Amino acid sequence: MAKQEEIQAKIDAKIPEGPLAEKWTNYKAHQKLVNPANKRRLDIIVVGTGLAGASAAASLAEMGFNVLSFCIQDSPRRAHSIAAQGGINAAKNYQNDGDSVYRLFYDTIKGGDYRAREANVYRLAEVSNNIIDQCVAQGVPFAREYGGLLDNRSFGGAQVSRTFYAKGQTGQQLLLGAYSALSRQIGKGKVKMYSRYEMLDIVVIEGRARGIIARNLVTGRIERFFAHAVVVGSGGYGNTFFLSTNAMASNGSAAMQMYRKGAYFANPCYAQIHPTCIPVHGDFQSKLTLMSESLRNDGRIWVPKKIEDAKAMQAGKLKGRDIPEEDRDYYLERRYPAFGNLVPRDVASRAAKERCDAGFGVNATGLAVFLDFSDAIKRLGKDVVAAKYGNLFQMYEKIVDENPYEDPMMIFPAIHYTMGGIWVDYELQTSVQGLFCIGEANFSDHGANRLGASALMQGLADGYFVLPYTIQNYLADQISVPRMSTDLPEFVEAENAVKAKIEKLMAIQGKRSVDSIHRELGLTMWEYVGMGRTKAGLETAIAKIAEIRKEFWSNVFIPGTEDDLNVELEKALRLADFIEIGDLMARDALQREESCGGHFREEYQTPEGEALRQDDKFSFASCWKYMGEGVEPVMLKEPLDYEFTERKTRNYKN
Amino acid sequence: MWLFNSSVGRKVVMCVTGASLVLFLLFHASMNLVAIISPEGYDMICEFLGANWYALVGTVGLAGLAVIHILYAFILSVQNYRARGNARYEVTDRQESVEWASKNMLVLGFIILGGICVHLIHFWAKMQLVEILGAIPENGMELIRYTFSQWYNLAIYLVWFAAIWFHLTHGIWSSMHTLGWNNNIWMPRIKCISNIFATLIVLMFASVAIYYFVISLI
Amino acid sequence: MEKTINITLKVWRQAGPKAKGGFETYKLDNISTDSSFLEMLDVLNEKLINERKEPVVFDHDCREGICGMCSLYINGHPHGPDSAITTCQLHMRKFKDGETITVEPWRSNAFPVIKDLMVDRRAYDKIIQAGGFVSVNTGGVPDANAIPIPKKDADEAMDAASCIGCGACAAACKNGSAMLFVAAKVSQLALLPQGKVEAARRAKAMVAKMDELGFGNCTNTGACAAECPKSVSLSNIARLNREFICAKFKD
Repeated sequence: MAKQEEIQAKIDAKIPEGPLAEKWTNYKAHQKLVNPANKRRLDIIVVGTGLAGASAAASLAEMGFNVLSFCIQDSPRRAHSIAAQGGINAAKNYQNDGDSVYRLFYDTIKGGDYRAREANVYRLAEVSNNIIDQCVAQGVPFAREYGGLLDNRSFGGAQVSRTFYAKGQTGQQLLLGAYSALSRQIGKGKVKMYSRYEMLDIVVIEGRARGIIARNLVTGRIERFFAHAVVVGSGGYGNTFFLSTNAMASNGSAAMQMYRKGAYFANPCYAQIHPTCIPVHGDFQSKLTLMSESLRNDGRIWVPKKIEDAKAMQAGKLKGRDIPEEDRDYYLERRYPAFGNLVPRDVASRAAKERCDAGFGVNATGLAVFLDFSDAIKRLGKDVVAAKYGNLFQMYEKIVDENPYEDPMMIFPAIHYTMGGIWVDYELQTSVQGLFCIGEANFSDHGANRLGASALMQGLADGYFVLPYTIQNYLADQISVPRMSTDLPEFVEAENAVKAKIEKLMAIQGKRSVDSIHRELGLTMWEYVGMGRTKAGLETAIAKIAEIRKEFWSNVFIPGTEDDLNVELEKALRLADFIEIGDLMARDALQREESCGGHFREEYQTPEGEALRQDDKFSFASCWKYMGEGVEPVMLKEPLDYEFTERKTRNYKN
Repeated sequence: MWLFNSSVGRKVVMCVTGASLVLFLLFHASMNLVAIISPEGYDMICEFLGANWYALVGTVGLAGLAVIHILYAFILSVQNYRARGNARYEVTDRQESVEWASKNMLVLGFIILGGICVHLIHFWAKMQLVEILGAIPENGMELIRYTFSQWYNLAIYLVWFAAIWFHLTHGIWSSMHTLGWNNNIWMPRIKCISNIFATLIVLMFASVAIYYFVISLI
Repeated sequence: MEKTINITLKVWRQAGPKAKGGFETYKLDNISTDSSFLEMLDVLNEKLINERKEPVVFDHDCREGICGMCSLYINGHPHGPDSAITTCQLHMRKFKDGETITVEPWRSNAFPVIKDLMVDRRAYDKIIQAGGFVSVNTGGVPDANAIPIPKKDADEAMDAASCIGCGACAAACKNGSAMLFVAAKVSQLALLPQGKVEAARRAKAMVAKMDELGFGNCTNTGACAAECPKSVSLSNIARLNREFICAKFKD
């Protein structure tokens, strides 16, 4: 216990003094900077090329730093930020509907169920406007009105229209903007790009991150890279659940490498379950497809009122359009009159689960609800609906083989985003000096639940406007540090450890494929660490995960060799970490005896079934510290003080 | 020079030479029509286009255009074949919206070139060439009457015209596209204009050939 | 109620960039018609792994048609026989019971095979690096609404910008040309006032890089646009030609 208190004292978020609205300005005014001549002498590794990674790498290179950028795909443009559909928030108030930096801050804090850091969120809201300006200047073709000015739409959890969008492909366009900025720097030679490279470890020398060990995925070669600082923007760990809306290669291994080198893993149990995904349809399924939250602007969510109608649907005897209006239960509108279909994601997801658990599911598995556009088509006409959502409808039709203009869409919640991640301070630095973490990979801004269109905002805020400043405060002290040789013992040791792990995996030569074990992990996670969690369930999960870990390390089979392109080996290395993340998620969910945002403990709910927070006991970020292989991790607490907002029970009813 | 060393530049050369040749075809076809309307008039034109300096300059220019067009076609084809890489696809399938002609311009070009050779032997070698060499050229109308009275000549010419038609349906709109005169709205219009134009030219040529074949039968 | 089919797969296998490749034939039974093409390949790989053989390597990532990572030339079409979708969105219901499906990698000089069905498409990145951007640094830019842009132009730019860089255009083109890819980026940025400033420079630089990397010459066959999973229009190529020719005449 004494040891824990000792570490406890060290958790310092380094939040600047002063009133909320002046913190970031004050910080920038007083932080240390690196002069141009010295920037040239400093190398920075940026891992990941999503919105956060690509924008950070580009911005740092523009400033004059030497950047080494890594991505596991064949091109930096493939990062999964590209799949974000709906939009990006900003407090521009172009619609004159009363928006402001404070309101965006407030909505985000409230949306996160009062589990985020005030100072970080306020800064996020502040720089949100710069992001839109920056993206427009890069040639991002945001939707416009006939007057030539930018259009906005509304999104869940907000009562203003502050979401900027580019058709249903906002993430793609923003990422391509960041990718083009990055490409410009690669062309100039300021960024050295390593694509199809996967980081396998962080090298820490005298307590500071000084480089990485990475595997060339094409040749299988393990290589060493030095830098004065390492920035990781590797995304979330949603694929722990096997089926999620994440890309196939999205993984949590970078986070686990940081964690094992001393970075705290914060709030691992906060995972977002997105309400509007295409339902699971078979055992062979490899991933779940998201339908943009923007659909909830015009689509109405319902299930049948009568259980016999639901039963008939499950048997395939009735279709959605056969149910008359009076027999439909628009349960979100019924339960949350003020926000209706636009309640935050966690609320919408739980409501869907509640109806399906009660037997009102509308497809063969009983795990689906309707998202219906017939009213919108009547009100706006098919052409308007097609112009707004045409590409999403087309995607739905290609996958499900049903026409959503005629039959209502079927949707069900699915794992989508992880609010938890590596703990960072106000400067986005982890608890390891010189190691920074940005975007979804860190835990900072969304608390226990993320509002729609905020992930793009956070990724780009971190990459364009926050990290390039704060990292200088660290690097200003590093200008006299020469480039180090990668032959130093720390590099050799890290490389040997990586090689040993790979050899161990290759030597197992068991009977099961990586995917079959991953699927098993996913089922356990969804069952016990999914939308509704209980003490008993979580304890079961921890025990089951231990079995899965044992099965994996004794019975996995990886064909091929390690010194060649080997997709199964890549997957195995990632699954090894997913298993540990799953364990950490279950542990964190178990200790957090309250319901907040994406974390719902069935023991803690109001009589109406809403989440019940325990502010007196759980108003902290749980920071898990790695204590060694096979040793239980220690949980530290970063207290969350709400100086500028009053904590309320989230209310989307009136 | 960008007309040689850039892919768009090479295309511009193809399209400018091609478009010029199309204009020549239009002129040639109009001239041929005179043969139906007024045989005397046709002979007058032939005389007018003998070994005069302007006709010779025109001929040399025309030959130049044709040579450049053909030369570039070969260069482009070789480069494009290389760009496909060493391995070929095992299975290929056609796309509905892709015109057959657009994928077979080189083959069509060969047929057209063959046709030109035959045509030059039939007419030019007996008229302008003879005149250049200082002898007396044959009568144009007589040549037309004789050539098209032979059924095999008619057949050869009709095949040739068909090849020209296919070549032109792609070539005309494609040349405008290459010069940048195209957009989403005009794309179908330009393709339509291109088809009409190609059909018109080929019909003009074919009508003379068929007319004199029919005449010979009577 | 789930419908299944039996299929025969002819898959290109190649151990490495320099290795000699060839077709392998696999039979798969009871494939659900609701599964995607890539899920069918997952089933094949699971089967191969259980037989202790090396699985087929193919590129894929987001599996929702936006990242541009998946490729595959299926039965003579890039991204398979369906229209306006990527391979990951292609579903087995598009195939018949008993059908033989031939799966090949992209074939283009500029896209060398890495392994099996995986090809190296970094040539496209290099083209973007040559000029596919607006030269602005982070910060110091005007307000987003400072320059109004006609909706028509913004929409057209968006249509061009929806290119996912998958390489299907060059793979489909009988000339191995990357014109549609280049044209989409040049068009997007030329249509917007922000990108107009350096439009001439961009068109020249990108075309020069494309030629240098060994892509072929466009002959306007339109196979690229016909096979493009995002239906990027052929008229973008006309705009690229226009931009390029104007730029050259100004020099």
